Amino acid sequence: MTDVLPPAAIFIIGGLLVPLIKGKWKSAYMLLIPVAGFINLINIPEGTHWVVGFMEYNLIFGKVDRLSLLFGYIFHLISFIAILYAIHVKDDVQNVAGLVYAGSALGVVFAGDLFSFFVFWEMLTVASIFLIWARRTKAAQGAGYRYLLVHAAGGLCLLAGIVLYVNQTGSIEFGYIGLNGLATLLIFLGFGVNCAWPFLHPWLTDAYPEATITGTIFLSAFTTKCAVYALARGFPGTEALIWIGAIMTAFPIFYAVIENNLRRVLSYSLINQVGFMVCGIGIGTQMAINGAVSHAVNDILFKALLFMSMGAVMYRNNNKINCTALGGLYRTMPLTCICCIIGAASISAVPLFSGFVSKSMVMDAAATGHMQIIWFILLFASVGVLEHAGIKIPFFAFFGHDSGLRPKEAPPHMLLAMGIAAFFCIFNGSFPSYLYSLLPYPVEYVPYTVPHVVGQTQLIFFAALAFILLTLSGMSPAEMRAVNVDADWFYRKGSGLFYRVMDISMNGLTRVADRVIVGELTGSICRISQRWPEVLCLGVMIPLWSITGVKGKELEGKIERTRAALQTHTSPIGISAAIATIFLVLIYLLM
Amino acid sequence: MKPENSEDKKYLFDKPASMKILAWSFLLSLVLLLALEFFIHKHTHFPSEEWPEFYCVFAFVAFVALVLSAKYILRPLVKRREDYYD
Repeated sequence: MTDVLPPAAIFIIGGLLVPLIKGKWKSAYMLLIPVAGFINLINIPEGTHWVVGFMEYNLIFGKVDRLSLLFGYIFHLISFIAILYAIHVKDDVQNVAGLVYAGSALGVVFAGDLFSFFVFWEMLTVASIFLIWARRTKAAQGAGYRYLLVHAAGGLCLLAGIVLYVNQTGSIEFGYIGLNGLATLLIFLGFGVNCAWPFLHPWLTDAYPEATITGTIFLSAFTTKCAVYALARGFPGTEALIWIGAIMTAFPIFYAVIENNLRRVLSYSLINQVGFMVCGIGIGTQMAINGAVSHAVNDILFKALLFMSMGAVMYRNNNKINCTALGGLYRTMPLTCICCIIGAASISAVPLFSGFVSKSMVMDAAATGHMQIIWFILLFASVGVLEHAGIKIPFFAFFGHDSGLRPKEAPPHMLLAMGIAAFFCIFNGSFPSYLYSLLPYPVEYVPYTVPHVVGQTQLIFFAALAFILLTLSGMSPAEMRAVNVDADWFYRKGSGLFYRVMDISMNGLTRVADRVIVGELTGSICRISQRWPEVLCLGVMIPLWSITGVKGKELEGKIERTRAALQTHTSPIGISAAIATIFLVLIYLLM
Repeated sequence: MKPENSEDKKYLFDKPASMKILAWSFLLSLVLLLALEFFIHKHTHFPSEEWPEFYCVFAFVAFVALVLSAKYILRPLVKRREDYYD
């Protein structure tokens, strides 16, 4: 094992060295990292590698099996594509962040223990945040902070779960976990945050559209797919995931219909596609897991392709990305348009395109398991995919009303990156046996049967017919500049409420403390400490003087002098000593 | 050669003829797909899948229901001004 390295190390160390390399060589060096990483990866045999002792536990940096290998392959491929697409970017913050982010994702999928898994999991968040902040707009800054807070909360939840779990089982090995008890529930929810489950999802639709043009390509590939991997590893066959996945496929499509920002439409679409994977993992049969994992591979490619085509549109149109601002771009960006249509066809599961051979596996697994309601939700969601990703994205950007924009075609490196992704979208769809041969379980599923092809084609064409009729009749919702509130309302507006509650409770507490302690208590302690020596002293001295025969004016004079001496702290040493002695005697008696 | 951004330059879908071809081929595909249904043997999992033209009807109805419910139910509930969060 001396001639191969942990896959994460190549990206993370290689990424950190990027700022040291200047000029033309930088691009070549960055492209070389995923290539070198891939050659390294295919030379790693299956098994457990790089076991490092840590206290009484073993950290495992290379749990290499069919599941982690497939994620490893696709992460290398998409890194190459994303780096190529971003080759014009001079900002080293983004270059380093992208590579470290990809390396962390590889660390997650090859981690064999929960400790190193957790560390890489957190590195995903830290590295990716810079891809959002690097946009350097106020919106990006705000979205980045919210992204960070949500992921920090999710990470803490995961950490708490891991600590409890390790405490219970005594092992830090990361294998099947299963949902039983608090520890596993916390781990489950920690995964769920990164997986963008319903109500835990708004970080995604909030932050991804605000990230840099090239950063979004990295973002769309890694965080959610790492969570899909983690669920496939730790919670296959967990029934709750079937419903969570089904809801994930269904609810974002409604938002996508009315969303104006096309990259936000794609973000909702991302949740919708991850829903198919989560659902497949929940079903948990071999076919379902195969479907989930192969769909993850295909989704990484076609979602990146769609984000790249929208990124190219932004790049050439002064960052315009709203439906209301775009339209008719096919005239001068025909190649980007074709790439976008290939991505749209793939996500819509058009026969011969990649979505067709993977999404149908999950749906078939649901049908085989007689889950009729789930199957109908997934079928409905498939129609929804057609609406927003299949039709809306290409239509509003490249066709639709003529915006009058006549931008240049995307630059060559972007076209090449899109071309590679488009090639794999068609290749995986047309020759699925290569993809199938890499899946965790043997594949018996045959996607290209006459009823399946005809049924899916009917679905697509009649959905398109509905779109055309709705548009011609003017019943399609008009695109408008607006914000659609989502579950992030609770912490974006809720934070104001939190602020007010804290203001009233905490500042109220301060005011009460000010009045009671500063205003009253201190004064009274002061008064008491001045008064008590006088009371003590005179209480002892007056009877003493009376006994010794001091009377009348003389007694009053003595009292007056003692009081004045005590108030001005000029009492003779004898009296001070006497008071101290009396005080000590009193204490002694009281004890 | 005409400049790229000249106003009178006609692109592919600006020409009525190409739109006509597109429209007719789309309509023809729809008819063909409706007809194909009767020549194939379906392998169904659920009884509803066996209904004639199930996928055509489902896709059309689901699409219309999705778009209209998003427009008339979801949008009035969630739409805010663009500066809502600022």
